[in-house]
Amino acid sequence: MSARSLRTPLARARGLGSAKGGTHHFWLQRLTAIALVPLTIWFALSIASLATADLPAVLAWMRSPLSAVLMLSFLLAGFWHMKLGLQVVIEDYVHGEWRKIACLILNNLVSIFLALAATLAVLKMLLGG
Amino acid sequence: MVEFNLPANSKVKGGTTHKAAAGAKNVRSFRVYRYDPDSGENPRLDTYEVDMDECGPMVLDALIKIKNEIDPTVTFRRSCREGICGSCAMNIDGTNTLACTKACDEVKGDVKVYPLPHLEVIKDLVGDLSNFYAQYASIKPWLEAESPAPPDGERLQSPEERKKIDGLYECILCACCSTSCPSYWWNSDRYLGPAVLLQAYRWLIDSRDENQGERLDNLEDPFRLYRCHTIMNCTNTCPKGLNPAKAIAEIKQMMVSRQL
Repeated sequence: MSARSLRTPLARARGLGSAKGGTHHFWLQRLTAIALVPLTIWFALSIASLATADLPAVLAWMRSPLSAVLMLSFLLAGFWHMKLGLQVVIEDYVHGEWRKIACLILNNLVSIFLALAATLAVLKMLLGG
Repeated sequence: MVEFNLPANSKVKGGTTHKAAAGAKNVRSFRVYRYDPDSGENPRLDTYEVDMDECGPMVLDALIKIKNEIDPTVTFRRSCREGICGSCAMNIDGTNTLACTKACDEVKGDVKVYPLPHLEVIKDLVGDLSNFYAQYASIKPWLEAESPAPPDGERLQSPEERKKIDGLYECILCACCSTSCPSYWWNSDRYLGPAVLLQAYRWLIDSRDENQGERLDNLEDPFRLYRCHTIMNCTNTCPKGLNPAKAIAEIKQMMVSRQL
C-alpha cells in the first residue's frame, strides 16, 4: 500500500469490487479432493501389487475397463486438483501483475498438457497398438 | 513476489538498556521494539529492567510504568486496560494479544514486545490500521433492513436466533487475528482477513438483517473470502477466545449452499 496515494482507505479496500466468483473453485477443489481419497488408495494398492509384474500382466490389468476408468479418473482428478491448488499458491505469493498472469497461464496450459498426455498413455495401453 | 526477509531499513538492531534501580530485588527485562520515523534510523530493541515488586501484573502495567518512570518516548495505544477496547493489541512473547490481559507471569524469560506483525509501523508499538478499519467499513457492519421496525418497539429476535451471534458480537476488533494470518500478511490489500470476515458473518447470521444475499455477493471473491486456507492462527491467537476460522467456514458453507 503506497502511503503517498491520496485515495481514501475505503476506496482502496473496496478496490475493483467483488469478482462474484471463487465458490466454484472452492467447490471443485473439495470435490476433486474427495474423489482422490479412494482413487489414490486404489492407485497405490494397484501399483504395489503390480510391482513385480511383467509388461503383458500390466497391460492385461490396464485393459480391464474398470482399471482404465479408475486410472483415468485418478489422473484427471489429480491434475485438476493440482491445477486448482497451484493457482491458489500463485495467487498467494506471486504479486507482480504480469508475472502473476504469466504464471496462471502457464499453470493452466501445463496442467492441461500433462492431463492430455497421461490420458493418451492410458488409452494407448487400453486400445493396444 | 512475497518478501520473506525484512527490507534493509526495517532490520531490527540492538538498542539501549535501561537498568533497574540498585535496590530492586524482583527485576524483569522488557525488550521493546522501538521505531521513530523522524530519526531515519532502523528499528531497535530497547531493554527496560522493571522492578516487578513496584509494578502491576500485566504487560500493559509494565509498559505504562516504563513510559511514566523510565522512558516517556515509548509509544503505544491503550485505553480501557481491561480487554474490551482492543487498543493495546501487540505481539508479546511471539503471540498477538492484548497487553492489558497478558500477565507478565505467563511469559518465561525476557518479555519481548513488538507491534502487531506486518502492519506499517507508525511509531514504536503503533501500527497503521487504516486499511483494517476501511475493510471493516466495506462489509457494512450495521443492520440493513427494508421492512420498517415495528412502530411500538424494537426488531424482535427469538432466543435461538439471538444465540447465533454469541461468539461473534464479543469481537473487539483488536486486529490480533488478522495480523497473525499469513494470508493477510501477503494479500491484505484484497483479502479481508479473519476479524472482518467474522464481523461479516455476525451480520450475515443476524436474523433481523434482510440483506444476506447482497452481503454474500460482496464476499464472493477469490481474494476477499477465499484467501482463507484454514491456517487457524486467528483462532489460536484471539485474546477473547473467539473462533474466526469457524465463522469463515460458515460463510463458505453459505456460499456453497446457495448454489446447490
